[in-house]
Amino acid sequence: MQVALFITCFNDTLFPNTGKAVVSIVERLGHQVIFPEEQTCCGQMHFNTGYQAEAMPLIRRFVEIFSQYEAIVSPSASCVGMVRDMYRFAAEVHHDTKLANEVALLAERVYEFSEFIVNRLGIQDVGAYYPHRVTYHPTCHSLRGIKVGDAPEQLLRAVRGIDYVPLTQSNECCGFGGTFAVKNADTSMAMLGDKIRHILDTRAEVCVAADNSCLMHIGGALHRQRSGVRIAHLAEILAAQE
Amino acid sequence: MKKPESVIIELAPRFEVGAKAAVQNTQLRRNMGKATQTIRGKRAGVVDELADWESLRVAGQHIKDDVMQHLDTYLIQLEATVTQSGGHVHWAKDAHEANEIVTRLIKATGSTEIIKVKSLTTDEIRLNEALELAGITAIETDLAELIIQLAHEKSSHILVPAIHKNRSEIRALFQKSMNLPDLTDEPKELAAAARQFLRDKFMSVRVATSGANFAIAETGSVCVVESEGNGRMCLTMPEVLITVMGIEKILPRWQDLGVFMQLLPRSSTGERMNPYTSIWTGVHADDGPQEFHLVLLDNGRSDVLADAVGRQTLHCIRCSACINVCPVYERTGGHAYGSVYPGPIGAILTPQLVGTAHADSLPYASSLCGACYDVCPVRINIPEVLVHLRGKVVAEKQTQPQSWFDGENLGMKAMATTFAHRTTYELAQHAGQLAQWPFVHDGYIENGPGPLGKWTAMRDFPAIPAQSFRDWWRERQRDE
Amino acid sequence: MLAKIRTAINTGDRGDFHEAHTSAPYITNDDGNVAVRIELFAHRVAEYKAWVGHCTAAGIAQAVAERLVIRGKKRMVIPSDLPDSWLSPGVEYIRDSQLDRTVIAGMDGVLSGAALGIAQTGTIVLDGGRFQGRRMISLLPDYHLCIIRAQDIVGVVPEAFAQLATTMQIPMQPYTFISGPSATSDIELNRVEGVHGPRTLDVFIVE
Ligand code: SF4
Repeated sequence: MQVALFITCFNDTLFPNTGKAVVSIVERLGHQVIFPEEQTCCGQMHFNTGYQAEAMPLIRRFVEIFSQYEAIVSPSASCVGMVRDMYRFAAEVHHDTKLANEVALLAERVYEFSEFIVNRLGIQDVGAYYPHRVTYHPTCHSLRGIKVGDAPEQLLRAVRGIDYVPLTQSNECCGFGGTFAVKNADTSMAMLGDKIRHILDTRAEVCVAADNSCLMHIGGALHRQRSGVRIAHLAEILAAQE
Repeated sequence: MKKPESVIIELAPRFEVGAKAAVQNTQLRRNMGKATQTIRGKRAGVVDELADWESLRVAGQHIKDDVMQHLDTYLIQLEATVTQSGGHVHWAKDAHEANEIVTRLIKATGSTEIIKVKSLTTDEIRLNEALELAGITAIETDLAELIIQLAHEKSSHILVPAIHKNRSEIRALFQKSMNLPDLTDEPKELAAAARQFLRDKFMSVRVATSGANFAIAETGSVCVVESEGNGRMCLTMPEVLITVMGIEKILPRWQDLGVFMQLLPRSSTGERMNPYTSIWTGVHADDGPQEFHLVLLDNGRSDVLADAVGRQTLHCIRCSACINVCPVYERTGGHAYGSVYPGPIGAILTPQLVGTAHADSLPYASSLCGACYDVCPVRINIPEVLVHLRGKVVAEKQTQPQSWFDGENLGMKAMATTFAHRTTYELAQHAGQLAQWPFVHDGYIENGPGPLGKWTAMRDFPAIPAQSFRDWWRERQRDE
Repeated sequence: MLAKIRTAINTGDRGDFHEAHTSAPYITNDDGNVAVRIELFAHRVAEYKAWVGHCTAAGIAQAVAERLVIRGKKRMVIPSDLPDSWLSPGVEYIRDSQLDRTVIAGMDGVLSGAALGIAQTGTIVLDGGRFQGRRMISLLPDYHLCIIRAQDIVGVVPEAFAQLATTMQIPMQPYTFISGPSATSDIELNRVEGVHGPRTLDVFIVE
């Protein structure tokens, strides 16, 4: 299968290793990765912050670039949610039925990375080896937004050598929320404080998630506290081999 | 839709300002954390028990969709059925009109005192204050409302207005205001003190006001859901009953209660059924009040109805599940929302009732985590409405000349232009990689410049790696 | 006001963009076993910290007498149509015929029948009909002894509303749904029994 990688502007710039990991896993599983180089940003930050007029060209641009591919995979649950759920809504707000139809066709071919592996390819064991203590934070967009279910946990549990520890109150938001983290910094930090406490309680070496944006928030506090706990995108764990 | 004189928003600071003070109050955070954790667990337990919960939610959503689609028809039908049953129906387009009607009706009875069942709608229109000006004392009979009234505070939750107070704080309040020095902080004893305190009032006051959880167009029946029995008292003991109800509370058919009386109790107090539900229809010979008035209140609701995305907000049955599950509310408490409607429902309802211009920080009082949408018994897509309202806030802001100097606006516009072409985007990536070097230590930025400083004030920011993914990809393609 | 509402209905229509959600219809009746249903009702009522007992139709007076002795209740208000065969000696029963509210409030308790029971939620429904009387008499006294016939217990909430619709009269009766004794969750969101309604609820299921 040909898989078009939707890297997201955020991962492209700040977390290139996540993209590399996705490429290596998908290729390891025998599929071909294509990277449409015209892609930039899906418009999520603009749209969710209220800059909808500014987001619209980005949305149209995305649809144009990606509509030709059979399967579109992204290592960001929130950007997948943007395309799958908010694009429809954006089309509605702008009374654009043509766009709405295009989005409807595109949306069902867009997958978050873990759900692509587990649900579309039907694979749990990707042949990874990672001998470390790991905990997993289900981000809001993966859990409640696009509902990836326990796909990430299934993948993690199949990793050889891993010491997987579940997180208490894992379903609670870490407090990132895009521009929320800055606009409501105090509340955001209060939420993050509780999340960090639960992560430290697991004594994990690494905290894993399906969104690097939330991980950047979590990791930012872990680093400031000099906690020694690292963050890693799920794909980076799964890419690791003996 | 500008209503600067609106009765909903108090002179409250912006959400983030109120929130900042609240998150620093550790007692408040402990009270809130404990209370919300308890109620979340209870709700989840009784919801999981029902195999058809999702079907009930969809049914609830459909019934409410239908109500909004034919609201005019159902209101006319309700007026007819209530009138046939001996009740009187009044129409109030705003808070002012509603307060005038209620004041006039009470004055006509000659009574200067009324008993009240907890009602958000009457809080919304600030009925108590209007009555006070007219020389009428309103006595709140719900335990939490009583606590709030005695403490001269504002409600912080739609169902449990005193959620921010713990038992020892309540005890201290009752000891003082009810003159009961020996009172302990046993909840049972506190409740008994309230029973004693209000009994005389129930026996003697001749007029009561209430809100309504539901009103049935088909039969003219009005329904009040409660726990303590103060509702039954107010609905049964007085001679005159005045109910103020938002126009959206209507249900078409009697059988619809079969859906909503499952959705509401399980979502609100996490019980299979609340202790008491009263349903009455007009006046009943020899039983209960012999004069009944129903005030139908608009107060901004038709504006909400006119907004295609916002309309679903009117489906709300005020169960408070979204509030109890909200991680933001859990940290800030209710007062930060500056409205009688706090939490996620408040963040979408208040700006719509008063106009986004008057509550422009509320649509941002959410991390869009979606927990509210998951629990909402009528499936209101709260994150979607929040994003929609943010769009309105920004669009309004951009019509103002100040927006030309607004950093966020300029930054967002600049970024949108950058993202519009691959070339500008890639240029910006490289520029960022270069410009950051003075700030990077050990792979992180701990004290960033400009807007980044807002982030690094609280936590570190990862340095931009020297090679972007796309540069790596190109290199790899070349090498192959 | 109506004109404004009508305009709003049209402007705010979501048209083609409205997401249609379908799902299986919700459960409208429980076709389970009768004994199980009655057992569930008893169990659920008891979970609200009410006391639940069983008796036969012929044994009501006996059961009531025993219960009132245990509770120490001597003066009970009863609806005007309550059958004499339910009453036991040794207790003063006062029939409600527009009794003064202070008299009712001064009684030890109330003895009444019920219109319906809902097993799923442990709810008793009063409709002011047969053996139930005015709303006031089941509200003011601090103790409520309620007698419900097993055949009046339905399974789920929608069944109760369907059933009530069949017995509805014009003018309509007032309905009171009672699920356990009066309670509040207002202090730290914990349910505590006993505020303004009867603080003690005893229920007999008549089979
Ligand atoms: S928005 Fe939904 S969850 Fe929140 S109070 Fe209203 S009905 Fe309940």
